[in-house]
Amino acid sequence: MSAPDPLKLPGLPRDAEGPVFAEPWQAQAFALTVQLHERGAFAWSEWAEALSDQLKAAGPQDDGSRYYEHWLAALEQLVTAKQLAGAGALRDRRHAWEAAYLRTPHGKPVTL
Amino acid sequence: MTHDDSDHHHEHDHEHGQHPPSDMELRVKALEFLLVEKGLVDPAALDAIVDHFEHKVGPRNGARVVARAWFDPAYRARLMEDATAAIAELGYVGGQGEHMMAVENTAGAHNMVVCTLCSCYPWPVLGLPPVWYKSAPYRSRAVIDPRGVLADFGVTLPDEIEVRVWDSTAELRYLVIPERPAGTEALSEDQLAALVTRDGMIGTARL
Repeated sequence: MSAPDPLKLPGLPRDAEGPVFAEPWQAQAFALTVQLHERGAFAWSEWAEALSDQLKAAGPQDDGSRYYEHWLAALEQLVTAKQLAGAGALRDRRHAWEAAYLRTPHGKPVTL
Repeated sequence: MTHDDSDHHHEHDHEHGQHPPSDMELRVKALEFLLVEKGLVDPAALDAIVDHFEHKVGPRNGARVVARAWFDPAYRARLMEDATAAIAELGYVGGQGEHMMAVENTAGAHNMVVCTLCSCYPWPVLGLPPVWYKSAPYRSRAVIDPRGVLADFGVTLPDEIEVRVWDSTAELRYLVIPERPAGTEALSEDQLAALVTRDGMIGTARL
């Protein structure tokens, strides 16, 4: 297994020093992917292929601004394909967090 | 200063709930929590990766806001009156529509920002929060012992300078406007922006 080189991923938003993120969740998604790979959850080539499939599905008119949306979709797809987490569990958890925000009073910590 | 609240926002105010994050944020959160629970990822290692890139989100946005405020008194007045709108003037919007408030350091007062509950942070202007900002010691000590925390950052303030600590919430976040350093009268706005540090805008550093 070769060391991951995220910088070689086609279309990755970056500057001279490395990847750049428009919003914090993008960095979280990036970090999750790198760490899952480092801990052996999938080979980097599998990740590159999953991401590439999502980017291809987006079509050539995609201008790159939604790069991390495709990244996240690819990560969800790979995580469920590898049975690291179930698609249903992910969906349930996402809705549970949303509900927790909506019911938690201002200024209070949001917990499930 | 909340006159530009959307109806949507009022609705949530009325329900006493918080505005939920975007679909993307919720999905990443769901993934992260499930994978952490299963022991497949380590939250500390995730933080370390994110921390490595912390300066890569909107690194100079806040510095531009501060430099403009130093450079243009009319902008400064608008910023102090309605920071959300003044920051949006420079094209910096994002997040979940939280409101911004600018707090200005003066000869007699120093401002410092914390989020005691979690890690609310004005990322459209300051980028990703540094790991120490999210740490329990900073969050708990900033309010109880702000001068001690500042000393840990190498900032010693004379007793006559008042320290004001601002506790962020999901709806209201703060940007510290540091004092313009002496001897910078001849500098351009770009040169001024280069002097402004992230920690200066959180209030854990003086310029």
